[in-house]
Amino acid sequence: MCVLKLSEFLYLGCLTNTKLFLLFMSKILNVRNLKKTYSSGSNQLTVLQEINFDIEARETFAIVGPSGSGKTTLLGLCAGLDSCDTGEITLCNVPLSGLSEDELAKLRNQKVGFVFQNFQLLPTLTALENVAVPLELQGDKNALEVATELLGKVGLQDRIHHYPSQLSGGEQQRVAVARAFSNNPEILFADEPTGNLDTATGEKIVKLLFDLNKERGTTLVIVTHDLELAQQTQNILKLKGGRIVEHEKRMSL
Amino acid sequence: MKDLHARSHSTAWRWLLKMAWRDGKASSKRLLLFVASIVFGIAAVVAIQSFGENLRQNMALQSKALMGADYKIDSNHPPKETVSKLMDSLGGYQSREISFPSMAAFSGTEATKLVQVRGIEGEFPFYGMLETNPPNAAYQLKNAALVDATVMMQLGLNPGDSIRLGKVTLPILASLKSIPGSNAVFSSIAPPVIIPYHFIEKTALVQTGSRVNYDFYFLDPNTDLEKLDESIGKVLDAEDADLDTHLSTSQRLGRRYDNFGKFLNLVAFIALLLGCVGIASSVQIYIKEKVQSIAVLKCLGADNRQVFLIYLLQVIAIGFLGGLLGTFAGVLLQQFFPYLLGDLIPVSFEVAVFPTVLFVGLLLGVVMSVLFSLNPLLGTLHISPLQALRVEGNQTKRKSKSQLFASAAIILFIFLFALWVLRNPLYALSFVLGIALTFLILAAVASLFIKLIKKYFPVGWHFPARQGVKNLFRPQNQTLILVLAIGIGTFLISTLYFTKDLLLAQAEMDAQANNPNLILLDVQSDQRQAVKQILTNAELDLTDEVPIVTMRLHAIKGILTNTIRKDSTSRINRWILNHEFRVTYRDSLIASEEIQQGKWIGQVDQNKGIIPISVSDNLARDADLTVGDTLTFNVQGVLMKTQVSSIRAVDWGRVQLNFTVLFPKGILENAPQFWVLSTHVPNEAASAAVQQDLVRDLPNISVIDLRQVLALVESLLSKIAWLINFMAFFSILTGLIVLLGALKTSKYQRIKENVLLRTLGAKGNQIFKIVMFEYGFLGLLGGFTGVILSLISSQVMAIWLFDAPFIPSWVPFLVLIPGIVLLVIFVGLTNSFAVIKSPPLSVLRKEVNV
Repeated sequence: MCVLKLSEFLYLGCLTNTKLFLLFMSKILNVRNLKKTYSSGSNQLTVLQEINFDIEARETFAIVGPSGSGKTTLLGLCAGLDSCDTGEITLCNVPLSGLSEDELAKLRNQKVGFVFQNFQLLPTLTALENVAVPLELQGDKNALEVATELLGKVGLQDRIHHYPSQLSGGEQQRVAVARAFSNNPEILFADEPTGNLDTATGEKIVKLLFDLNKERGTTLVIVTHDLELAQQTQNILKLKGGRIVEHEKRMSL
Repeated sequence: MKDLHARSHSTAWRWLLKMAWRDGKASSKRLLLFVASIVFGIAAVVAIQSFGENLRQNMALQSKALMGADYKIDSNHPPKETVSKLMDSLGGYQSREISFPSMAAFSGTEATKLVQVRGIEGEFPFYGMLETNPPNAAYQLKNAALVDATVMMQLGLNPGDSIRLGKVTLPILASLKSIPGSNAVFSSIAPPVIIPYHFIEKTALVQTGSRVNYDFYFLDPNTDLEKLDESIGKVLDAEDADLDTHLSTSQRLGRRYDNFGKFLNLVAFIALLLGCVGIASSVQIYIKEKVQSIAVLKCLGADNRQVFLIYLLQVIAIGFLGGLLGTFAGVLLQQFFPYLLGDLIPVSFEVAVFPTVLFVGLLLGVVMSVLFSLNPLLGTLHISPLQALRVEGNQTKRKSKSQLFASAAIILFIFLFALWVLRNPLYALSFVLGIALTFLILAAVASLFIKLIKKYFPVGWHFPARQGVKNLFRPQNQTLILVLAIGIGTFLISTLYFTKDLLLAQAEMDAQANNPNLILLDVQSDQRQAVKQILTNAELDLTDEVPIVTMRLHAIKGILTNTIRKDSTSRINRWILNHEFRVTYRDSLIASEEIQQGKWIGQVDQNKGIIPISVSDNLARDADLTVGDTLTFNVQGVLMKTQVSSIRAVDWGRVQLNFTVLFPKGILENAPQFWVLSTHVPNEAASAAVQQDLVRDLPNISVIDLRQVLALVESLLSKIAWLINFMAFFSILTGLIVLLGALKTSKYQRIKENVLLRTLGAKGNQIFKIVMFEYGFLGLLGGFTGVILSLISSQVMAIWLFDAPFIPSWVPFLVLIPGIVLLVIFVGLTNSFAVIKSPPLSVLRKEVNV
């Protein structure tokens, strides 16, 4: 709860305390000795092993690798969507291993945002309602106002009452970005955010993502196989065959 | 803190409701179809329930008019002195009646007719009306008769013609349309004729063996009838008389309709069950389609409970709406019942709306849809948020304990509902088992058909036919449930049809060939010769000649019946103590009898002490008798000591004279007795001719023509069948709704298939054919499954229940199956136009609103 308040504090623009804050805040995601195995029938398939890395608050971070390298699995594990076999993940100073499904849900709702490759808007809700869902889950009474404002920020103020099927792919992803930021997450996971979009639209989405990220002081974790996109982040984690092959830290952009 | 918690709790609920509403709004068309699939079932249940409730209420309200008096004392003897004194102490009767069946002849026509002669004195009925045409006929004042309106119409009689009853001829003053306490069906064997009381003796029709009733009617609105029954009931019992109050009359009548109502209620419930099975499968698919959304919601932080509740709320809303609409429709529907049942209903019918019935409708709607959706709803708990990232997540398919619990809850609820309707746990259990068995067998037969078609796929057929069959097995198909729904409806209707066949076949078998079909009752000993002469003159053979001696029980196993009456712990059924037994004597058993215990003795010497008799199994059971027990009979003043030498099983179902007590030859030959003679007449004309001769010479003899009785049974059956057909139709209707739901559910998939086919060059005509074949097969599969199952069940009934050969009629095959196939094709085609006509582009753009 305390962490959340501080990040809001940051968001409100009191950036003078940033460095001090980062000192005790330090790592927002901490992954140690991670291993994940899937069993299909009698076959054991190890998807991830010996994964160790940290992400600092407000960093931008890319996980790259060829198809089947375990990128998306790693993202799912880090975001608390699934549990690992061995190892330890600490997200926003909370060790995930001890949490129940409902506690994980609460953690995601309060501190995590998601952007998916195929947008994953709820088809039965309007753009506005989609963006408001995370806030409404928190019981926020101003959910619709905040959502309207965010949709304005992503340039969709005219389309807030449209259903996803009435929006183009780029517009849908913009709604998804607005939704991802609506709960003021500390960390945002994006899974191939441009994967289903043409280059020009993809670039616009990426810009939007980074701009909002900077404005709100969020940590951004992107899974992608688009190296050009990865180049825009401060850290690049390369995966191959379920192992880390390289961790490139790029201090300045 | 607590306050905060409470507030967040309430906002959480508000959000859930909002989500359920938003999500449901977008799928409203489909959800409305879910609603529709229970509406008909609920309408049927509510209609029956409400109708029964109304009937009960109307009977209670009109209970005095049903009897025409507050109470009556009746006996089949002239009242003994104690009874007369008792009646005086009650203030005396206001009206009295002597009634008995007799043949009547009419002026201007040769026809004769068995009627119920009712000689009435006084102002009876005190409540209700003697409805006559012309109205207000003062028959007592004018010394004239009122004759049943139907008889008047059948025989072409008019007021002013005359009726001859025994030695009395009276002018007919008016036709009798109704009299309190009787209705058309039950009085059509012997329709009523009302005459002034004092003519009864002059008819000279009251003789030995005549089944005469003496009724004394009381007008006494302030008496506590229950107390009266307590105080004088036993006294009257001892004197072979009975107290009958207007309350007991309406209760008795009510029970008669109750059983029929219960049966209809269960038929209606089956329609509802079908709708619910439809909902279950639709919700299953609905939830399957929502998997992605649910996973995303979980990613965004909704917990399992919240997701479950969003969809549960939708289902509750569906159930509530379905319950509301169904209840409304049911209340409307019941208005038609009086027209369907017509003169089967004994009271004038005013429809009221009962809150309990409305409550039951709503409750059924909500509970049934929630119970049947519980399984797919619980499935949402196992959807992992990970599925938002990976489209093909490995969903866990294990059946959790809660899903087993849901199935158990469904069975329990069906049982509870059956228990509520039937008020007997054993019957309710049998209903549940029967339903389970029927569904299982139907499902087994249907899946067998499906497997067979898959295995022996008609590869030689042309493309549209093959494609049509294949469409039945597309992924997420609802073929099995559709076959089940259509099959159950067909099963109900055709079983009904076959059962009617069976009943009529059995009755006809009894009336056939050499079986007697003309029964002459009340033939006095000295009239036998004359009757035989009349029959011989008409070239008819006497098939049977049965003597009847009436007697009452004096003592059972050495204990006087009077003593047993006072013993409240006695296990002996009371009817035995007061019953006037009609006993025959002969030296052999007949075809409908079979010895169960002991030994049959057919001939004894008159002076050899205790008389060996044979009793029927039901008498043995009700009187707690075994072989060797003694019974003392009072044979019109003479006490006869007998011993049970054998117990017989009797097939009462046969149209034949059967007896509970059978004496051997050699004892009763000289007792006062009368005879029942029977003969076989080849046709209607012969029957009419011989009846005329009999009435002219021997007016006290009653003649029953079994062919008329058969015609009556047939008309009664077809009337009831109408109502059951009506109910079964609701199952078919529900089946069609489920079909509609299935069509809507698979719409997008089918549009895609058809567009693909069109892109590959299929003509509109070919696609049309494919769709037609698909629904044709579906209807055929369902209809055929239902008919096959009903053939089996009818065969089982034929063997176990009716003991008659069963030759199925062709109607279900020739009419029902093609009718259902056409209906299914019609529904299928009319709802597929969108699919057939949709432009290929819409699929490519994925913009179809499902």
